[in-house]
Amino acid sequence: MLAFIVRRGLQAIGVLLAVGIIAFAMFRFAGDPVNQIVSLDTPAAEREQVRRSLGLDDPVPVQFVRYLAKAAQGDFGVSYQFRQPVSDLLAERMPATLELAICATLFATIFGVLMGVYSGLSRDSILAKVFQTISLIGISLPTFLIGILLIYLFAVTLGWLPSYGRGDTVKLGWWSTGFLTGSGLKALIMPSITLGLFQMTLIMRIVRAEMLEVLRADYIKFARARGLTTRAINFGHALKNTLVPVITIVGLQLGSVIAFAIITETVFQWPGMGLLFVQAVQNVDIPIMAAYLLLVALIFVMINLAVDILYTVVDPRLRTTIRQPT
Amino acid sequence: MTTRTKILVATAAALLVGSAVPALAVTLRYANQGDLKSLDPYTVNETTTNAHLGHVYEGLTRRGKDLAIQPSLAERWEISEDGLTWRFFLRKGVKFHNGNPFNADDVIFSANRVRAQGSNFQTRVPTNAEFVKVDDYTVDVKLKSPNPILNSQWDTWYIMDKEWAEANNATAPTPAAATTPSYSALNANGTGPFKIESHQPGAKTVFKTNKEWWDKAEHNLDEIVFTPIGSDATRVAALLSGEVDVIEPVPLQDIQRVNGSANAKVLSGPELRTIFLGMDQTRDELLFSNVKGKNPFKDKRVREAFFKAIDIETIKSRVMRGLSTPSALMIAPELFTYSKDFVRPKYDLEGAKKLLAEAGYPNGFEVGMDCPNDRYVNDEAICQAVVSMLARAGVKVNLMAQPKAQYFAKVLKSGNYNTSFYLLGWTPGTFDSHNVLHDIEGCRDNPQSSRGESNLGNFCNKKHDELTDKILVETDKAKRDQMIKEAFQITVDEYGYIPLHQQALAWGVSNKVKLSQRADNSVLLYWAQKTE
Repeated sequence: MLAFIVRRGLQAIGVLLAVGIIAFAMFRFAGDPVNQIVSLDTPAAEREQVRRSLGLDDPVPVQFVRYLAKAAQGDFGVSYQFRQPVSDLLAERMPATLELAICATLFATIFGVLMGVYSGLSRDSILAKVFQTISLIGISLPTFLIGILLIYLFAVTLGWLPSYGRGDTVKLGWWSTGFLTGSGLKALIMPSITLGLFQMTLIMRIVRAEMLEVLRADYIKFARARGLTTRAINFGHALKNTLVPVITIVGLQLGSVIAFAIITETVFQWPGMGLLFVQAVQNVDIPIMAAYLLLVALIFVMINLAVDILYTVVDPRLRTTIRQPT
Repeated sequence: MTTRTKILVATAAALLVGSAVPALAVTLRYANQGDLKSLDPYTVNETTTNAHLGHVYEGLTRRGKDLAIQPSLAERWEISEDGLTWRFFLRKGVKFHNGNPFNADDVIFSANRVRAQGSNFQTRVPTNAEFVKVDDYTVDVKLKSPNPILNSQWDTWYIMDKEWAEANNATAPTPAAATTPSYSALNANGTGPFKIESHQPGAKTVFKTNKEWWDKAEHNLDEIVFTPIGSDATRVAALLSGEVDVIEPVPLQDIQRVNGSANAKVLSGPELRTIFLGMDQTRDELLFSNVKGKNPFKDKRVREAFFKAIDIETIKSRVMRGLSTPSALMIAPELFTYSKDFVRPKYDLEGAKKLLAEAGYPNGFEVGMDCPNDRYVNDEAICQAVVSMLARAGVKVNLMAQPKAQYFAKVLKSGNYNTSFYLLGWTPGTFDSHNVLHDIEGCRDNPQSSRGESNLGNFCNKKHDELTDKILVETDKAKRDQMIKEAFQITVDEYGYIPLHQQALAWGVSNKVKLSQRADNSVLLYWAQKTE
């Protein structure tokens, strides 16, 4: 197991390096940061001064190596827009994104599994058909459109939920949480649904398909023959066996939930890392863009690792292959 | 004490405390598309940031609702006979938010700081102007040559507290390219009507009323909560649902919906920025064209043909939904006395075709056009309209619409003016014609001078530049205006530029709020009245 984790760790470093190289190769297409920093009527000499002091006059490979050397020591630079260390900014924004991602994933998993199991067991019922329709909507409508529709229905027309922001937050050490205030919880509802809808659809469809598959399997027939209760068969045997693909999906999708929070955060002005990234792209704020991309890559690698380990818990057959690598 | 008595006592106490507070605090919530990027008033020279900081900091002068210069931290000023010495009499009894008194030392400190390396406001105060302390409340400014517009931009040259800056290691301005965090970028200490209560960059800033402000407040607010909301739809939704009271800007397509709602209306008016088209008149062969060996834009007839082929009224009614003011000059009418004397040449497609034929292009030609798509109101749509209008005159325009980050990197000096035909917007920072004559219309031929640095197509006329130099030092307003008029006439006659229009301001304001709109698009909430 240890060798497995070490090997994965080395792979992770390779992934991060590759992401860094690609990111730096792309940044010069994002535009010239200097024009975003100074105003339009700034004299050219002053612009050159700014360019030099940021080290932007060096060739891209030099900038990249310098960035890596600093990043390796935990220094991700100072944001061009806010004149604050990038690590402080990301740390300040991270709780918002993670709380949103957790809520969205919980929403997606709970409702996805419930709806999936129901439509798998009684697939001809009207409710199951309604779920199928909802899942089609969830897959086909783009996130920002769902967000805007929700805002217009629940914030502008009905006035029940806030249209933007996190509401009031409480500080627990450096972590700011919206879970402890009424307005914070209310503010979480629409963004979580918007962000989780696609995942919910996915989970529901997988659970449904797996349930249909598993229910035809021989051991289920055998369990029926043994006279077990329907409840024990459906949830003890059938559902448990559908969970491996669900864990894969939830795990891998958690990474994309965090990464795709960009769109949801922009629509709801959610003060998280995704919104910070969008603002950074518009302003060619390279230090924030680079740090965010590396962070997202790191999150993906970590989640993959966690999913691999979780597999072994759920599926004993995999334990031997991990212990004895071929 | 039983539980019940405890509750009674607690309730009574709560009631007493409650009645001691006069009324509910009035909070105005404001959302802008852009962000408050730095609290250091010398870092970014940008309208939105300057307007925000204008609630906290003040200059020696300020500008009123009509943009007229008014005394602020300076009560009055005198100019000597020869125009070389300006004497400023400072207001007495003014205190900074931390309680420090305001005096001549702070002015001299701020004059040095604003001109120091790293400041984005170096041009606010001439480098060779000498600041002399006469006494604690009198400062002389000694100039090398007369400068009639010395204090025209001093409303956004904010005065900082010398002692505060020294105590917090903030005597140097935070450069736009700061590589280390700075105290003054996250904290503020001004003399203005509001104090900064908390500031979370990119997320939320809270302003509280400064009860000790020296002037009588026009607003009735206790608190301003500012949130940047970049997404147009969300910003409008927040206004319509009553979660914010003021938004800037309202996208053109949402104006009717906001006006049709019960909660809010749109406050609109002409803005000072002029949107215009420019043409490369300097290269011997255009970079992006099928005409080889010569540059069609060097021919005045071609420039005139382009001007006349553009139907500005259609752009106004279709693209701008009526919210623009077609322009004859490169400066907004509010900023120049004789603007009314200039009339925009009429749309004349046949005349344009004839001019092109005379210039040797009876079948037109091809040219590439650069256009930003996220900088000005409907910028890309304007360019598309221009493309189809020029097509009717036989000119094929290949449009390259791009985000401002790429656009400015390509067309500005740092990109080596890599354009043949472009759309740009300009507001003279000084609110004075000289800025336009010098930066936009001046010849670019001297690499040592900053003249014409933003003249991307290098329209160039020597007589125009001679006039510009005289205008800089002329102190007689009547004579000066006459010369400005003459200089603008040259650009107009030469068809050096194609001014299009002034775009309209569009602020969304809740029906609970009364607010004055200033034409430079500064949202100044110290003029806001809110009723609950």
